[in-house]
Amino acid sequence: MSGQSATSLRKQTSSSAPNTRILSWGRYPKIAHQFVHQPAFNDQIPEIMKTAAPGSLLPYGLGRSYGDSCLNAGRELVNCQRLNRILGFDESTGMVRCESGVSLSDIIDVFLPKGWFLPVTPGTRFVTIGGAIANDVHGKNHHCAGTFGVHVRQIALHRSNDGLVLCNANENADMLRATIGGLGLTGVIAWADIQLKRVAGPWIDAETIPFQSLSEFLDLSRESNDRFEYTVAWLDCFAGKNPRGIFFRGNHATESGKEFRPKRGPKLPFALPAFTLNRYSVKAFNAAYYAIHSGKRRSSVEPYNSFFYPLDSVRQWNLLYGKQGFLQYQCVIPETNLEALGELLDRIATSGMGSFLGVLKQFGAAPPAGLLSFPRPGLTIALDFAMRGERTLQLLQSLDEIVLRSGGALYPAKDARMSQALFETSFPNWRRFVPYIDPKMSSSFWRRVTPVR
Amino acid sequence: MKKVIVLGATSGMAMEVQRLLAHRGCELLLVARSAERLAEVQPDLSIRGAKQVLTYPADLASVQQHAAIFEFARRNFPDFDTVLLAYGSMLDQSISQSSVDALLEELQVNYVSATAILTLFASDLEQRQTGCIAAITSVAGDRGRRSNYVYGSAKGALSLFLQGMRSRLYPAGVRVITIKPGPTQTPMTDHLTSAARFAKPEQVARDIVRALERRSPDILYTPKAWRYIMGVVEHIPETIFKRLSF
Repeated sequence: MSGQSATSLRKQTSSSAPNTRILSWGRYPKIAHQFVHQPAFNDQIPEIMKTAAPGSLLPYGLGRSYGDSCLNAGRELVNCQRLNRILGFDESTGMVRCESGVSLSDIIDVFLPKGWFLPVTPGTRFVTIGGAIANDVHGKNHHCAGTFGVHVRQIALHRSNDGLVLCNANENADMLRATIGGLGLTGVIAWADIQLKRVAGPWIDAETIPFQSLSEFLDLSRESNDRFEYTVAWLDCFAGKNPRGIFFRGNHATESGKEFRPKRGPKLPFALPAFTLNRYSVKAFNAAYYAIHSGKRRSSVEPYNSFFYPLDSVRQWNLLYGKQGFLQYQCVIPETNLEALGELLDRIATSGMGSFLGVLKQFGAAPPAGLLSFPRPGLTIALDFAMRGERTLQLLQSLDEIVLRSGGALYPAKDARMSQALFETSFPNWRRFVPYIDPKMSSSFWRRVTPVR
Repeated sequence: MKKVIVLGATSGMAMEVQRLLAHRGCELLLVARSAERLAEVQPDLSIRGAKQVLTYPADLASVQQHAAIFEFARRNFPDFDTVLLAYGSMLDQSISQSSVDALLEELQVNYVSATAILTLFASDLEQRQTGCIAAITSVAGDRGRRSNYVYGSAKGALSLFLQGMRSRLYPAGVRVITIKPGPTQTPMTDHLTSAARFAKPEQVARDIVRALERRSPDILYTPKAWRYIMGVVEHIPETIFKRLSF
């Protein structure tokens, strides 16, 4: 028997195995996939793409997208977690070439001891390079560094009909721009060149400052953005129009300081019963959190891990929201329309359904790196809502109306439910993006927010 | 353990072990079939801390190529102290029990070629009176089961071979480790329906590296629970065992 027929027999037996275990971070929606490919090397991807039916594939990383942008209901995923090799590094320039499944966590572990850090990092280190590009993620330094995509110098992209395509500023620049923020729909990234950033060590000079209203937040943010590389705020969304909150700002310490190794934190072992999270327990948590930080402004030298990734310290914290999962609502509201943000917060406060601390950040004005990038000038806010069926969906829909009227947008990486109309209005480039979609690729998100099936 | 030769360096388990060895600053010689894949694994391990990473593309299943592999190692990687055999093949039992060609191929890869290449390296280490030979077999080799006995018998035979070789090399001070992993999430087992419940290769790799660094054990079950599970499985009477379908 030839090796080939054995392989095809293998595939037959494997495709019957249901892969229902793949969920996004919000654990909603719960859908099943027909098959999950798990290539260990890039040389397997052309074959996977060649044999796939049109519109059947979507690359998958660490599943930290909250909604359905990393899912492909009833179809197939290409799980890229095993494509996690660092292919090259230039010590003098800080340029790293790595496969798409390398995690940001891995990049930090390998390169921080050599004096290099991520140019942009989201609030979790457990995302892949491919995912960071596909969602053009942002971080606390958006106001000065832009999105992750800004620091991507070159990618090699598997395309089902053109093979491996190099994309950089000179070659296929339009394909690079489509792939940044392209939600994995333009192909499977084989590897990417990322420009890392020089740092002295693992420490952050951080300050925390309590604030009592949105305008106070805005003053703090404007005043800080020139002097601090990282700014973000956490706010108590039960307080309505004039939310109290804590403003965090920081810079990389200029001294290398002593070595720091993050410890592995505790892990939530299973989904908590739904009743543990109710308006009283959450209110109590928010009040306690505020009380801890609200004394007065405080400066400290913090390890990078607790400054950037406080939530990573509890592994699987998403199980906190119980079996039904949760929805994260992240929108951006133009600064000229601040009343809209107040209105939004008011509506959440009256609903009593808001959850733990929300995150608030002022985006910078740099032009977007990708065709479908989410960040744009304005204030972005992210809040979690436990999934409680219809009433949760109705509340979020009423928030959508405010966002739509204000000229804002929702973040696809966090979304599981926005309407086609909202997507088409807030991402007007979507029609220009369509020609770049690989004919073999599709996603649950894309089928939901566009007329494409 | 400073200079390690890995046979089957692009297998799921080997790649995890190599990461840990790189982190410890080891020197590595990687042997695997695909030059292209080796070229991707090599820089990764160098950047992660390996002092030196040599690669040699060769088909280990083909015994004719073994002499060249051994020669390359002796010439370009002298004074190596550890040889880890980490390649194998697990065809679906339905294939290997219905096609004699597939069956023989399975035995050739998992048993015949493994004993051949280890014999070359054993003699060298025996002469130098130092070092360690470690080979990944399987818990499937501890008892023949309906659902996986072709693979199991090849791995079981390899375990017996290692047992004898351990005794032979003992006077020379060369250590032989039999590594028996339980089912692990690697490309080799992706086609099995229960793959999601299998052990993580990172965990198995940590156990393997720990066994390489210490003086014991001779036989490593990983994850550890398999030692006790197999202890029970081996004692089920044959009259009952033959009726079991797993």
